[in-house]
Amino acid sequence: MSLKRKAAIIDLTTRAFEIKEIPLELRKKYLGGRGIDAYFLYKLIKPGIDPLGPDNVLLVSAGLLTGTTAPASSRTNIGAKSPLTGLLGSANMGGFFSAELRYAGFDHLIIQGKAEKLSYLWITNDSIEIRDAAHLKGADANETQTLIREELDDEEIKSMTIGIAGENLVSFACVRTGPKNSGGRTGMGAVMGSKNLKAIAVRGTKPIAIADPKGALRYHKELIEYIHTSKYTEIMGKWGTNFIYDVTNSTGLIRTKNFQQNQFPNSEELECEELEKYSLGVAGCFGCTMHCRHKIRLKEGPMKGQYDEGPEYTTLGAFGTEVANNKLHKALEGNYLVNKHGLDILEVGSMIAWAIELNEKGLLPKALLGDLDLSWGNMDAVLKLTEDIAYRRGELADILADGPKQAAARLGEGTLKYNIQVKGMSALQSDERATPSLALGLATSTRGADHLRSRPAIDLYHLPEQALKAIYGKEGLSSDYRDYAGKPWMVTWQERIYAIVDALGICKFQTVFLSPNMPKAEEYSKLIKLITGLEFSPQELMEIGERIYVMERLFNNREGATRKDDYLPDRYYDEPNPAGLKAVRGKYIERDKYEEMLDEYYDLHGWDSQGNPTSDTLERLGIQTEAGSLL
Amino acid sequence: MAKVLIVDHEKCTGCRICELVCSVNKEGAANPAHARIHTVKWEMEGSYVPMFCRQCVDPTCAAVCPMNAISRDDYLDLTKVDDALCIGCRACISACAFGGVGFNQETQKTMRCDTCGGQPTCVDFCETGALIFIDVEAVNLRRQRIAAEKIRAATR
Repeated sequence: MSLKRKAAIIDLTTRAFEIKEIPLELRKKYLGGRGIDAYFLYKLIKPGIDPLGPDNVLLVSAGLLTGTTAPASSRTNIGAKSPLTGLLGSANMGGFFSAELRYAGFDHLIIQGKAEKLSYLWITNDSIEIRDAAHLKGADANETQTLIREELDDEEIKSMTIGIAGENLVSFACVRTGPKNSGGRTGMGAVMGSKNLKAIAVRGTKPIAIADPKGALRYHKELIEYIHTSKYTEIMGKWGTNFIYDVTNSTGLIRTKNFQQNQFPNSEELECEELEKYSLGVAGCFGCTMHCRHKIRLKEGPMKGQYDEGPEYTTLGAFGTEVANNKLHKALEGNYLVNKHGLDILEVGSMIAWAIELNEKGLLPKALLGDLDLSWGNMDAVLKLTEDIAYRRGELADILADGPKQAAARLGEGTLKYNIQVKGMSALQSDERATPSLALGLATSTRGADHLRSRPAIDLYHLPEQALKAIYGKEGLSSDYRDYAGKPWMVTWQERIYAIVDALGICKFQTVFLSPNMPKAEEYSKLIKLITGLEFSPQELMEIGERIYVMERLFNNREGATRKDDYLPDRYYDEPNPAGLKAVRGKYIERDKYEEMLDEYYDLHGWDSQGNPTSDTLERLGIQTEAGSLL
Repeated sequence: MAKVLIVDHEKCTGCRICELVCSVNKEGAANPAHARIHTVKWEMEGSYVPMFCRQCVDPTCAAVCPMNAISRDDYLDLTKVDDALCIGCRACISACAFGGVGFNQETQKTMRCDTCGGQPTCVDFCETGALIFIDVEAVNLRRQRIAAEKIRAATR
């Protein structure tokens, strides 16, 4: 049954492992997935350790409901101390990996130490083996999966792998599964690489008993029908996240030329409908009826004929607007390269866009560039640099491969201010100068600048105040996305709902993220009961969401993060939007109002003025900060 | 009229919800390994083909069964197994050209699709309509209409 899944503690140095039950108390406080990861990260990782040293702990976790009859329950959470930020490392991916992990009997892999030579883990029905991976060295993230299937002679094996970027410890290397799914953020691929761990291969055939099978099936069907009443579901199923491009570009909410513009003119080719020229259809992650991944084949150039999946909104930013490229095929080539080599697309696009702006401003030493014509829209240079970063070829690529803060330290003090990053991690290509709620979420996110930790994206929809009250449970929330009033409340509410779905293993696209008409705590309360038998009220679930967020905050604060790390890059305050609709033109984040939002945000959490949870708050949430572990 | 399960391959997204809900309905547990339907995937090419018992009119599984445990119900268009007679020899598994019969180690019995008694759960959950449960004699009408559309367009 769902609660019988175990945790495996694997030491790559000694090659020893032990398999443990997951205490019910831990489930009740943190559910699973990102929730239990947050707990383990705080409890198992000693402060101040080197993220790329053997003391770091890599967590690979399935959600409490992954692989069961919960809509879109495919997600895997990956955690460690981040080599990119030196703070919380946390990435989340779809696909088929962690459903298989659960069928093999495990919910959590706790991986410590460092293998003597390149290795991979082979996990099947309660058994764990550390295998030699010498033959996989240098194989790309997709090839590695195929080679493992061939070696073990089982096409049903699912693997989580790293590409060449992970092997080369690129600090924003991601972990990969399938042709496209990626645990993209915070450099979890580099942590795998640092442990000499090329892949984790899983295969399982064990049942997960459902507490009330008939009831769970009925409710699953009911929720799928509900999810499909939303127009958004139909659009996602047709265009994937690419649809967002048409909306944000026409409004003026898209980061262009690093951060110089907020709209990209003459970019019709990047509009989502253009994908039809390359699309072979759509694909879904485990048990998902939304199917937002496009299957594509490249049609021209050096990668002609290659299969790839999932050009996303992020593709159109990283290899589109940010670097001022308006050719869709070139953006697709970039997408293919990051999937192959295992790079975080957001980070690599952001780093290259930053480098182009630095070059334009004369802040990049000529010697670093060599023959490279690093200029806006020159995709030959952008794609070359992308691959160079994965391989750490050449000094410039080697510098950029270390992420914003370390790269800026090598390029000179004046360079960091041009990088669109928070806590050392780059942001999505959205431009939040006109949207204070989104800006606050970006700046306070526990894993650095990020849109998937707390973004109240539906704030952009001008929902009536009554509708906002029905969702967020509070009066007086402004339905104008340019306002500051009530926005901290919306951010904290989203933090909790996202923490819950990440702990359950459910995809954010099927909760209140891009559509208001999606399942939330009420529905999750019923789902958990039918599938596991555990009872949580919606309020209790929201408190679990808060507890997870606080554990992550505690991890960061213990590493030295404070209020000063909860701010946007100066450009958000100092450079008003130059373009877009009248509603957003000239907008910028007002510093005094931002300070007020941040104060209110801390107050709502019960944190002090530096963002430290107070002892009352910790007591209320039942969090013990001393050493010791429930496992 | 009897109905038959068919696949519109172009609509399959490879999500395997069919396997998931089949196993929960049949076994009370999420376990694709015990589902009566299995999506064979060429993951790195984006090709997916759901496979299951085809309910053959002249089933080789029945022909090879030494215990005569497998019979054909033409009225329901179903191939049935009498588990009480089954000795678990697995001859039927070897004989089936489609891999439509599986084996459950726990129960020591074979597993195959019984169309959930005429209301297949997999079809109910297949949102894209890749899985279709259709009247036996109307099985070609959909295909005809798709092909006819092209002829219609060309001759208008």
